[in-house]
Amino acid sequence: MGRLKFATVWLGGCSGCHMSFLDLDEFLFDLAARADVVYSPVGSDIKEYPEGVDVCLIEGAVNNDENLEAAKTVRDRTRLVVSFGDCAVSGNVTALRNTIPDGARMVASRSYLEQADLNPMIPQAEGIVPTLLPLALPVHAVIPVDVYIPGCPPPADRIKAVVQQILEHGTAHLEGRQLKMG
Amino acid sequence: MDLNELIELAEKEILGRKPLRIRICTAAGCLSSGAKAVKQAMDAAVQAAGLGEQMEVSEVGCMRLCCEGPLVAVDPENTLYQRVSGDQAASIVASLNGGGPPSATKGDFSQPFFTRQKAIVLENSGLVEPERIESYLAVGGYQALYKCLRELTPAHVVEEITASGLRGRGGAGYPTGVKWGMVAKMPAERKFVVCNADEGDPGAFMDRSVLESDPHRVLEGMAIAAYAIGASQGYIYVRGEYPLAIRRLETGIRQAKRLGLLGSQIFESSFDFKIDLRIGAGAFVCGEETALIHSIEGQRGVPRPRPPYPAESGLWGCPTLINNVETFANVPAIIREGASWFASIGTEKSKGTKVFALAGKIKNTGLVEVPMGTSLREIVETIGGGAPDGGTIKAVQTGGPSGGCIPASLLDTPVDYESLARLGSIMGSGGMIVMDQTTDMVDVAKFFMEFCMDESCGKCIPCRAGTVQLHRLLSKIGSGQGTSHDLATLESLCEMVKHASLCGLGQSAPNPVLSTLAYFREEYVARLRDHAEGNGRASAAQSAAL
Amino acid sequence: MAVKTLTIDGTLLSAREEQTVLQAARDAGIAIPTLCQLDGLSTVGACRMCLVDIEGTGRLLPACTTRVAEGMVIHTKTERLQSYRRMIVELLFAERNHICAVCVANGACELQDLAIEVGMDHVRFDYLHPECSVDISHKRFGLDHNRCVLCTRCVRACDEVEGAHTWDVAGRGTAARVITDMAQPWGTSETCTSCGKCVQACPTGALFIKGMTVAESRKDRSEIGFLVTAREKKQWVV
Repeated sequence: MGRLKFATVWLGGCSGCHMSFLDLDEFLFDLAARADVVYSPVGSDIKEYPEGVDVCLIEGAVNNDENLEAAKTVRDRTRLVVSFGDCAVSGNVTALRNTIPDGARMVASRSYLEQADLNPMIPQAEGIVPTLLPLALPVHAVIPVDVYIPGCPPPADRIKAVVQQILEHGTAHLEGRQLKMG
Repeated sequence: MDLNELIELAEKEILGRKPLRIRICTAAGCLSSGAKAVKQAMDAAVQAAGLGEQMEVSEVGCMRLCCEGPLVAVDPENTLYQRVSGDQAASIVASLNGGGPPSATKGDFSQPFFTRQKAIVLENSGLVEPERIESYLAVGGYQALYKCLRELTPAHVVEEITASGLRGRGGAGYPTGVKWGMVAKMPAERKFVVCNADEGDPGAFMDRSVLESDPHRVLEGMAIAAYAIGASQGYIYVRGEYPLAIRRLETGIRQAKRLGLLGSQIFESSFDFKIDLRIGAGAFVCGEETALIHSIEGQRGVPRPRPPYPAESGLWGCPTLINNVETFANVPAIIREGASWFASIGTEKSKGTKVFALAGKIKNTGLVEVPMGTSLREIVETIGGGAPDGGTIKAVQTGGPSGGCIPASLLDTPVDYESLARLGSIMGSGGMIVMDQTTDMVDVAKFFMEFCMDESCGKCIPCRAGTVQLHRLLSKIGSGQGTSHDLATLESLCEMVKHASLCGLGQSAPNPVLSTLAYFREEYVARLRDHAEGNGRASAAQSAAL
Repeated sequence: MAVKTLTIDGTLLSAREEQTVLQAARDAGIAIPTLCQLDGLSTVGACRMCLVDIEGTGRLLPACTTRVAEGMVIHTKTERLQSYRRMIVELLFAERNHICAVCVANGACELQDLAIEVGMDHVRFDYLHPECSVDISHKRFGLDHNRCVLCTRCVRACDEVEGAHTWDVAGRGTAARVITDMAQPWGTSETCTSCGKCVQACPTGALFIKGMTVAESRKDRSEIGFLVTAREKKQWVV
């Protein structure tokens, strides 16, 4: 097997999963020895998601139209898609707004109008500021997902277990306490 | 009260009859199309014509051809009038008094709808006056009870019912005699008889009609059962949506008590039997026997796992016999005519007749009683008259939300417990909904699933949360948003809900989906998004409400 | 004491005739997942997690309510049962708003443990996201409907052990909710003795002690069984 084309993306999440990824510490060197990070908010400075990616870890729920487009792009260009962390797996905290009727409008209004100290307004810029979807959804609700890593955030050893399995077997599957959500 | 007095009352009733008798159906169907006004107009017309001595106007029960109501029949010629209105009353009365032909539309008792039926449960329906016990006595009412108390031991009664081959008419088809025998054998001081009149399937009105048309028949059947198993208290659990049935039962119980046919020392024997009504408050699940028991006990109406069955531990932990209205209604006839007579009707494993409420896309909507083993085709095409307005029958739904849709290609199937179960449907309590070529089968499945979802009690997870997800999947597929992945999820979830739910409601909730999938799968597949796109992988996603 | 012999997952074992299949299996060290069952309370067979396949019955039966019988051959871990159990847990997660990350019971939750046990890596059904209320009107305890699985352990603990019957269930289907007294705020209940048995019996974070951190919120779910054993057998043992 040649060098793995490895990517991570960050959708509607807090970036905690990516922070946990950085907790892989010295394993990051092992990974770097066998993989090229071709796209990642914490590992590369490439703006366009490339073609022919082997593995992509997706953090976060699908929360706005930009997230939706990104998820579809990842699916089209990636062999193995991994739901990375509880927001990607279940919607988690990002999806808390789903319980509120008309949640998308309500959270925007809460954040940008009610809580604003200065100049209260809901940011709007066609094509620049993404629009919230009616519901924040887990990744597998919009594209097929191959591997799931629950956890909020998934601890580093869990991420390592998955990445190692992928390096060795081309895919991964967690079991037992490694599946604990939260 | 002894037999002589009973016969005396019957004779007095018969002798008191006037030469001409106008029978007006006052069951709920005809009442809703104006039978009450017809009755008043008819009374007025008889009085105005001064024919009070020769004519009587009787309020009777269901005459079955409900779609043509209000129905009026005239004795002794047995002429039927359909869709009668109050202003036609005078012309009917005049015609009986030697006048010209009446302005009312004549019906035809010799049409297949009537002649192909076989009445046991409905033998008095449309003939006796449900609010007058004397009218029931005139057709031999309560003589079967007398025969049991005076001539048969309880064990003999159980034997007779067992030998008749009668099976539970509530849907499951458990042998009635075996059930009676089990309760009879229980060594308990207190036992109960319960009549399940919580008929709740959409489109079903058999039990309502029996209760509204011939309530004493059910009371007598219950009393015979009580004698057979050794109970002295009975309950009728009747749904609150049936106010007329409730009123007629209350009247019936009061009249029977007054004549000593219910209460203490019935027919001057040592047998006591009291019947009380319990009114359901609108939960479908209370038709499930353990939920029904909880409801009578004053608790939340939720089912519990069986065993123990109510025969062993039912109301307040006492052995309890629960039968459906139609089952009890068969009992007096079996005692009167004998087990072998009953067993000669029907098929090898399903004896007697079955009452169906025929509804939907069918010419003759109404009540139908046929021998077990009659083909579905005979019921819907010959008796029911087929689909109206030149339509073609696509499927027949039996068993309500617990049953399945049988395609037109299988209409030659005989109606009996086993044959219907083989097709993925059930006999059920007797609702039969006919669908024509315009019916959307995914929609049908969704309708019944919505019903089950709303009626799930919430106790067990497969039914409570499973029916909600099944309904969502059906909505998604129905609206063209579903994928082949959703269809697979639908099927595996149906399987789980069917096998893992606690009670019959959940266990049978997937039946309408499974049977429409079995016979009309192409209607599901045609709507899948990836079917239209012909696209594999990408559309296997559950791209939901986006 | 009559003894029955039966086979569970290929192991021949004996059990007392009054035992349930669940008790017999546990005595033999065979674990069957449960949720609505709690030692010390009556069994209701509602969650369907403990369904087992008993040869010759033709249907699946809950181990918690089914008595042992001579010669029973029972399978508790068939592929079919495993797939049903996972589906049941997924249905629960989809039904209310179970967000482990922000739950007071995170790390001490029977639902979370069940998800791990059945291998749930994601939920295949649509999340329903119902709007659920939180009742913190009681002085010491709180009720979060977002986290309730309707196991009715609180209802039974209150009725059968405490004797107060403060709890019950109202509504039906997926709209069913546990309620206190006449569906009024818990803090206004006149029957609640504030004993806290319901909280200890609750498998999730639906019932909780106010003011406790996640780390402190470790319930003693064996308390109910301990009390009942002490009361009925005069044995003060865990």
